[in-house]
Amino acid sequence: MTATTDTAVDSAIERYSGDPGHLLQILREVQEACDWIPPEAIDRIERRLHLPRTKIEGVAGFYSFLYTRPRGKYRVLFSDNITDRMGGNMELLDQMCRELWVERGKLSEDGLVSVDTASCTGMCDQGPALMVNNIAITRLTRARITEICALIREHVPLTDWPAEYFRVDDNVRRQDVMLATELDPGGSLTAALARGADGLLAEVKASSLRGRGGAGFATGLKWEACRNAEGAAHYIVCNADEGEPGTFKDRVLLTSYAHRVLAGMTLGAYVVNARQGFIYLRGEYRYLLDHLHAVLAHRRSRNLLGKNILGRKGYDFDIEIHLGAGAYVCGEESALIESLEGKRGTPRNRPPYPVTYGYLGQPTVVDNVETFAAAALIAKNGGDWYAGIGTPKSTGTKILCVSGDCDAPGIYEYPFGVSVRQVLTDCGARDTQAVQVGGPSGTCVPKAEFDRHIAFEDIPTAGAFMVFDHRRDMFEVARNFVHFFVHESCGFCTPCRVGTSLLKNMMDKLAAGHGSPYDFEQIEVMNRILKSMSHCGLGQSACNPVLDTIAKFRPQYQKRLEHEEFRPAFDLDRALASARRMTGRDDREAHFDLQPEGEQ
Amino acid sequence: MSATFTIDGREIPFTEGQTIIQAALAAGVYIPHLCYHPDFSPHGSCKVCTVRVNGRETASCTMRAAAGQVVESDTPRLNDERRALVQMLFVEGNHFCPSCEKSGDCKLQATAYDLGMMSPHYDHFFPDRPVDASHPDLLLDFNRCILCSLCVRASRDVDGKSVFALSERGIKTRLIVNAKSGRLADTNVSPEDRAVGVCPVGAILPKRRGFAVPIGRRVFDLKAVSTYVDATAAIEDQ
Repeated sequence: MTATTDTAVDSAIERYSGDPGHLLQILREVQEACDWIPPEAIDRIERRLHLPRTKIEGVAGFYSFLYTRPRGKYRVLFSDNITDRMGGNMELLDQMCRELWVERGKLSEDGLVSVDTASCTGMCDQGPALMVNNIAITRLTRARITEICALIREHVPLTDWPAEYFRVDDNVRRQDVMLATELDPGGSLTAALARGADGLLAEVKASSLRGRGGAGFATGLKWEACRNAEGAAHYIVCNADEGEPGTFKDRVLLTSYAHRVLAGMTLGAYVVNARQGFIYLRGEYRYLLDHLHAVLAHRRSRNLLGKNILGRKGYDFDIEIHLGAGAYVCGEESALIESLEGKRGTPRNRPPYPVTYGYLGQPTVVDNVETFAAAALIAKNGGDWYAGIGTPKSTGTKILCVSGDCDAPGIYEYPFGVSVRQVLTDCGARDTQAVQVGGPSGTCVPKAEFDRHIAFEDIPTAGAFMVFDHRRDMFEVARNFVHFFVHESCGFCTPCRVGTSLLKNMMDKLAAGHGSPYDFEQIEVMNRILKSMSHCGLGQSACNPVLDTIAKFRPQYQKRLEHEEFRPAFDLDRALASARRMTGRDDREAHFDLQPEGEQ
Repeated sequence: MSATFTIDGREIPFTEGQTIIQAALAAGVYIPHLCYHPDFSPHGSCKVCTVRVNGRETASCTMRAAAGQVVESDTPRLNDERRALVQMLFVEGNHFCPSCEKSGDCKLQATAYDLGMMSPHYDHFFPDRPVDASHPDLLLDFNRCILCSLCVRASRDVDGKSVFALSERGIKTRLIVNAKSGRLADTNVSPEDRAVGVCPVGAILPKRRGFAVPIGRRVFDLKAVSTYVDATAAIEDQ
């Protein structure tokens, strides 16, 4: 056993040339080989990389998908986005736990399997979904769960499971320039070389392209600032840590349009003079790794990557893929860079920003997958062409990820400025009461606002578009999102670490029927604190879904208020439940009757 | 004539590269803080030192001072929010001041008093955090840890040992020590380490030293934390 652990550690360390900066990648590979990260593996990493144990355990402990305790040969994680919930994921999880005789979150007694939940895995258009050992399985049904349980019980290796389980469809429903335009793998680079780096930058600026991760910073300005920043090296980083629940466009772009994403990165490298690029791929998309390596190899073989790209002397650039390991906060660019450096994914203090102080302290461009793909189109067809699409303030197209209550969930590409109503019509949504645009940290759009537009100047989004019809309880939607933020808070700053948990407790208190108007006030106060004091956007937006739904769906909260006066969350009768269970009693005498107000 | 900015209308001189809190404390203007320490690189995690700079909230320990900045600090709203943060720290851990050897010398307690905290306000989390009493000379009480990372920074940057680090994430974030067993006794920590003395609360304490200074005569029993020119030095110099 120890020999295998040692071999696994050594081969991972060798693959990354003994670089402590690759600690996260090394830990991830050790786990793939050993099913967890045993203490002996940490011993060996400590010795071989000369890192303090505290550092290794600190990193290993940060990421949800790394385990420093045994989690079984089969590690099942059910995606737990609200859309998975609507598809019945909790019932399927219970079914699996029953069939495998395992308690949720715990290792089975024979050490074979563990079953738990994970944040949205980016399969909302074909959910409910789960992952086994970080490999996605889609379109779950009761029958499929029973089949999976049988495979696990019989110790069938994952590689022998039916391929159909792992099928991930693109589900492209509407194409516009990004998804419909044919582009030769090297086409945009040839065009860019003809224009020169200055010319290319001018085209990107002329296109008014804005970052597709949601924040909408002008891409041309970012590239220019990075280019002008002094540094020993410059870096290009593609943010493929698509963690915002309800978002799955990068999955499709990296599956079927990988060449234009990689071309976009190579173009960025041309402008900022970078020799090294990284794709930070979320751990949930581990199944794409071999495919992306193949695309990279293809591009190297055609001299679209490597030395003297397309014969241009000194144009050297290559790309390495880093996998995340289950941490939404790493989608924040400075946390992503920390993670790239093999550390805990804690957002940095900013300023300085990555364009001047990024990867290894050097000027770095971090852009979204879709942004790079758009840059490739712009290099080919010109900035003016692109600027003519969309609205003046939001040029080009946006890929929306439609999920939830509609006939045809999937990928919809529109010019910016499309109305919510139009998207709902196209995806076959009926009786819609609300759409959550941009995921939990985005905007809840109720029926009265369906004529609003998807654009930076109205409703900005990284792509998530979750549809809720009249059957849905918007309070439960918000509660699911709050639980998500608690799970994903990095824990660095006090307000987010503690505040998100307090907010969760308030929502759970309302759900248990103990809410009063006082609790609404408390949520408002919490929002103010989180907005003004949190270290990064995660904490700052954690209250958004709650405030949004309180403002727009007040009755769904109101019906949960039993009391007009404040009531504490603690309930003596409820606290006695375990005593009743232990004594097997449930008669009237075993209950604590609350006296009328004032007589307690 | 050096450059200046203002805090609550008062002019504060600063030198290039100073943060707002450095310049403020040098000028005798107190800004509440817990994870900030003059000897260590700023961390910016407790957020108690948050001020409004030109209308925008930011941690004063990480924000560089700049000429002409208009900083608000001692305002009812900011103090309300700071008090809420301190309350969060109280309910997140298990802080029983009356039975804590650090009482009176504790920055968390002193800051809470100074901000007028009368109750924890929020429901206690009552986390289960076993004490590590394995070390012959030191007690490590995780119940009182506020995750300020001062011991982490001191051990790594001054002692050169990396005895302490933070692990896990979110509300589960916790202090760990550099030993396979997870016990302090199995690390190379020593009572003289800077990491030991720097703890602003009672998480890392020397054993067999109780009530050397009686309650009532301790640093923050004598004066409020906000009235010390250098409260950090006052407790560490004891």
